[in-house]
Formats: sequence, structure tokens, C-alpha cells
Amino acid sequence: MMKKDILICGVGGQGTVLASRIIAAAAMTEGNTVHSAETIGMAQRGGPVTSHVRIGDEAYSPLIPLGKADLIIGFEPSEVVRNIAYLSPEGIAVVNTAAVKPVTASLSGSGYDGSEMTAYLKKRGGCIFADGVAECEKLGSVKFLNILLLGIAAGSGGLGIEKDTLTGEIEKRVPEKFREANLKAFMNGYEIGRG
Amino acid sequence: MKEYVMGNGAIALGALKAGVNVACGYPGTPSSEIIETIAKYPHEGLHLEWSVNEKAALEVASAAAYSGARALVTMKQVGLNVASDPLMSLAYVGVEGGMVVVSADDPGPISSQTEQDSRRFAEFARIPVFDPSSPEEAFEMIQDAFDYSEKYKTPVIFRPTTRVDHGYASVEASDSYVPKQFEGFKKDAGRFVIFPRLSYKNHGMIEERNVRIGEDFSSYRFNTAEGEASEKAVLAGGISYMYAKEFLKDHPEVKLIRVATPYPFPESFMLRELKGVKELTCLEELSPYLEEQILKLAGKHALSVKVFGKLTQHVAAMGENSADSVKAVLERFLGLPEAEKKTRTEDIPPLPARPPVLCAGCPHRASFYAVKKAMEGQKTYYCGDIGCYTLGNAMPLDMVDTCLCMGAGVTMAQGFSHVDREGKAFAFIGDSTFFASGLTGVVNAVYNEADITICILDNSTTAMTGHQPHPGTGRNMMGHVTQKISIPAILEGIGLAKVITVDPLDLNKAVAAVKECAAMEGVKAIIFKSPCIAIEKSSKKCTIGESCINCKKCIRETGCPALTLTDGKVCIDASLCTGCGLCAQVCPVSAIGGAS
Repeated sequence: MMKKDILICGVGGQGTVLASRIIAAAAMTEGNTVHSAETIGMAQRGGPVTSHVRIGDEAYSPLIPLGKADLIIGFEPSEVVRNIAYLSPEGIAVVNTAAVKPVTASLSGSGYDGSEMTAYLKKRGGCIFADGVAECEKLGSVKFLNILLLGIAAGSGGLGIEKDTLTGEIEKRVPEKFREANLKAFMNGYEIGRG
Repeated sequence: MKEYVMGNGAIALGALKAGVNVACGYPGTPSSEIIETIAKYPHEGLHLEWSVNEKAALEVASAAAYSGARALVTMKQVGLNVASDPLMSLAYVGVEGGMVVVSADDPGPISSQTEQDSRRFAEFARIPVFDPSSPEEAFEMIQDAFDYSEKYKTPVIFRPTTRVDHGYASVEASDSYVPKQFEGFKKDAGRFVIFPRLSYKNHGMIEERNVRIGEDFSSYRFNTAEGEASEKAVLAGGISYMYAKEFLKDHPEVKLIRVATPYPFPESFMLRELKGVKELTCLEELSPYLEEQILKLAGKHALSVKVFGKLTQHVAAMGENSADSVKAVLERFLGLPEAEKKTRTEDIPPLPARPPVLCAGCPHRASFYAVKKAMEGQKTYYCGDIGCYTLGNAMPLDMVDTCLCMGAGVTMAQGFSHVDREGKAFAFIGDSTFFASGLTGVVNAVYNEADITICILDNSTTAMTGHQPHPGTGRNMMGHVTQKISIPAILEGIGLAKVITVDPLDLNKAVAAVKECAAMEGVKAIIFKSPCIAIEKSSKKCTIGESCINCKKCIRETGCPALTLTDGKVCIDASLCTGCGLCAQVCPVSAIGGAS
């Protein structure tokens, strides 16, 4: 039986929920007990969101304790930093380096572009970086970001779930007309993750 | 078959398994998915509805329960305040069929106005309350709740919290639904018509009965104790029990007591489990309910036990508990050395603030902006309400001066108009909130000669809680197409001085409508009608042309999240832009194009 704690973080509207559901479903298909928790409600409107996916029988609490996450899948660099205390010393973080600029930053003209966050994470170590938006634009839409990042996580080996189990769940959950593009996004990510 | 569902889904599936005949509620985070889940599973013969508000839902359910049917009512904790009038009386009258009132509490609060505790409400109404600690348990416990309700002929409260409602787990879903068979309403005025004499009689009966329920709960399957008998023990309820269990799995020498039925308190169970316990830490969220029960018990039975918790400042008075906060409390309680921090956090760069905002292209932004422009330089009162549009408070719009509770925008604007005839008072209210509790306020304002402008932000849905239908949308939860109830027709029927419907994305017309209404005396209404962008997907995009002088007025005035700065230059994030065109109408040099 696998034991794994996965934290998915980003900004409301980026598609973190679908990523967490695919991981949960795939882990269950492989015979594991899974619990997860998501941010729903007001924070979804452009605020920081997290999904906690806990795989294994020993996880009672729906939320991962600090320092216990085996994997962080980060949709936005500052959101990874916001949640970095959850990552275990041996854990890895998949980081989309493309920043989502909050209205507060545009109004204050602070010039936030995520680079400071990425620099911090590089110094810390244990991270796999990719410009998810640029990678997705190659496929024609940023809407594939969640599946791309999922692919990177799978390729890195940090997910501990078979590739075919994941693609099977993606096929089940993605509308027919976007299926091929999503599988392509997953495979592109997978290659990035393998390094 | 096993299904991986949200805690609210588990509650819905449990209620279906219990053969619930009528389910109704009003949307509210974190409770909304219960009714929605019922709609997705087999429920042939069940009456399902989004009621206009929680009071209506509870009354519909009461009649079903009087008839012997099983009834489920769902709401968030503040919804219970709205439903409290019928609930308090219903507690005296009782029910024939099982009736469970789900009131979802929201420690944090994450998405609510208050940190109220529905366990207190149960005690106040003198009715039993169930407190699940996981989605799996919620699935089982809601079925128990129906059984106990029927056994004691009383409505019961079922109170999950956000982490249970929105946690996911696997539960056994049935692919068929077997409704409870019931006999129907039997007239009995002595039982179902509440009069002072009946209340007096039933009050005594209820107090006597609650002692028996407390005894019954003393052997309830989810009131448990684990670990060895110890001088130091932990008492927990709800999700805090799971946090404690996770920590204490490495400390089996400490007894963990869990109470899943806070009221009527299972006294015999607790007296049994407290034998030999000299120190007890209570872990719970919202209010020190269990802690106070122990103090009462200790006084009543002269127990010698030191009780730690919220009342002794060992546990935070407000906010959520977490695995980490519970760990810290218990490490201190057990005298364990505090575990070393594994991650250094001191060198973390300053993080950008990310308060929730109205979506890019949200028509509410345009409505607020139109009022702001029209009223520039005048003394105003902007009374907000509950919904996505509460986010109109954020900079740079800054268009919400007050927000109190559902429907209060209209009545508070009226109040301001009576204490200040000079200022112009505005109420902002969404379409769903208007039906829920705005309507009576409008009547009150007309009757009492207010001078206000009511802005109805009609996006044809209940957006904040996940796009539920309402009386104005023309469809209901039975899957039927229904008569669309027209907000302008209602307002004209009440006899408002002026009712204007306008598209908020047409800025000039919207500003003109606001000016016209603000200049008139009496109760006026503007219906800003434009669909929620999450429902009516747009493929339009705005683009910035070369004539842009980079004055940043678009960002400064609208605060739309699709407008960003890259290397100091204004850009439009095409993945967010819906082409609403508000920025194009704000731009002083007409540099933005691509909108309608």
C-alpha cells in the first residue's frame, strides 16, 4: 500500500481541482485509500487555492501537516512559496514559473512577475521548473496547464502512480474534443518531468 | 458501488439510503452540494427543491415530516438563523417522520459572516445534534440521525463543518433509491397547532425526553474512547477528533474520547470514560461547547478533573483547528518537546497579496463602476449584500460601505435614507438574494416612504455558491421548466417610482439610468441585467492597440484581473479576458478594441 501526501496549489480558476480529482481517482484505481480536500467558495475568485490529496490508510486528517508533503504541484510560483512549509525535506515541488499577477500588484505597480519566487525556490532546491504557459501555448491553449503539470509530476516519479492509470483517468474526465490535446500535454509534461 | 465523493455528497447519499422523501434547502457554502448531489443520483419519487430561503425550506420539510415522510433540509450555519423561527416552534410540536436539518458550520470562517456554532442552536432549541468527523462517518451518521428523529419524534440537527463537507472519501452509493413508505398526514389539532398550553405541556415532555436521549446516546456507536486508561486524556469532536487521532496514533498511552452527539450530552458515557482522568484537554472548533459540558458534569458529580481548552486559553478561541495546531496543543499538554521546525521560513521573499476579486469580465464590476461614475462628488451610502458582489468592496471599486446579512442591503439603505435626507442611499442585491430576502425589504421601503435606489445585479444565477437556479431562472431542481418570475414585474407591482432595466456593459446608458434614478424621490430600482461569465462563456477578447499611452487608467479604475503590467506596460491576459469591453469604454484614447 502506498503512502503519499500531495499538495496542489495555485490561484482560483487555474484548474487545480481537476488535477486533484485525477490523482485521487488514479490512486484509487491502483487500490489505495484516498482522502482529499479542496478550497471552495469565496477564495475561488482569484484567491490562493489548495487541494490536499492524501493516499494511504494512516491519514485521518483531511489536511496534510506541515513538513509532510511528498510532492507539491504548484500552478504559480508565489503559491508554491506560500505553501513551501508543507513540503517535506525529501519532497519535490513541480513549479510552473509563469506568474499570475494579482490585481493588487497591478494597482500598486509592484512589478511582481514571479522571478523572485523562482529564484528563492531554486536556492532552496528540490524543485522542477517549467514555464507551463509557454509549454501550453505550443498546444494552442493555456487550459491544458493542469494536465501538463500533472504530466511533469508523473514523469518526475514523485506521484508514484503508473502513467497509464493517469492517462486512463484523463480520458474519462476530459471532454472528447479536448482529449487528444490533453494527452499530448500530459506526455509533453511527462518528458519534462523525466528530465 | 464505491463512489469517491465530497462530504456533502456522502451526506446526500446517506439521506437517499435512508429513503428521504423530501429534500429542500437554500444554497450556502459549505452546504450547497448536498441538494445538488441528490439531483445526480436516482431519486424517482423524491421531491427536491431549492427553496427561496431557509425558512421556506424548513417549513416545506415540516409538513412532509408531519405526514410521516422523511425530510431533509440543508443550509449553512447563518441560514439556520433565517430558519430559526419555524425551527424553535417545530421543536415543541415534534414530527412524525424523520426530519434532519443539516446546518453546515464554517470554522475560520472561510466563506461566512460568523463563527457561530450550530451545536449551541441545538441546545437552544432542545433538539439532538450529530457532529460527524469525516465524510465516511457523515454517510453513516445521517442515516442514524433519521432513525433517532423518528424514534423520538423530534427534528434533529446534523452539523458538519467545512472540512467534512468539502473533504473527499469513498462511500457506498446505491444505484437504486427506495423511498420510505408513509401513511400521510393525520389531522390532530391538539398535536399540530401550537398554542401556549401545548407548548407548556411539551416543554416538560421535551426536558424529560432529553434525559432519555442522553442515556441513549451514551451507547451510541460514534461516541467512542480509544487508547489506554490514563490520567491525561483528550476529548474531541468533529474534525478535531481526526487531527487528535492522527497525532495520538504515536501515543497510545493517552486516551482519546470522542463525542459525536454534543446535545443531549451523553453523561453516563462520559462519566465512565472520565474515571481516573485527572487532566483533560478539549479539542473543538467555534465555541467551547464540549468543554462547558464537562465543567457542568464535573460540578454536578463533584469530579476532580482539570479541564483545558478554549476557556483556559490553551486552544485558540477563534478560527479553524488543524493537524498542526492540535499537535502543538497536545505536545504542550503531554509535556513533549516541541518538534523541530523542518522548513526554514525566515528567508521567504514577500508574497503578493491575493484577495478574492470579481472575475475578469464580471458584469457586477461594470454595474458598480456605472454607479460610482454617476455619483461622483455626491454624498452616498452603498449598502452591499451577500453574494459574489460583496467583492465590489475591493479596491479600486470600493463600492460596498456596509454588508450585514442576506437582504440587509435594501433595508439598511432605507435606514440611511431616514437619518440623512441629503445623502443618496443605494442598495446592491443579486437576483437570488432578492428572492431570498430582498423582496420584503422593498415593500417595507415603499410603505415607509424611503428615498433609495435599489440596484439589482441580475446575472440570472446564484453565482457565489455554484450557479444554482432560482425563481427567476425558469427551471427548478425537479428538472422542470417553470414560469420565470420577473423581477421588474414584481417591482412594478409593488409600485416603485421607477424601474429601469439596463445592460451594465453599456456604460453610458448605465450611468444615465443611475443619474435619472438618483435625481428622483422615492424608491427606484435599476436592474443591471447581464449573465454570469462563468455560465455564458464568451470567446471575445479585448486587445490593446498601438495608440495606448500607458496611462493605466483602465487598471486604476476597473481593477479587472485580466489587465496586468508587463515590464511596466499595460497588457491584457487573453486567457482571462471575456471581451466585456468595460476597459475599452474607460480608455481615454480609445486604444482598446475587440469588444462587442
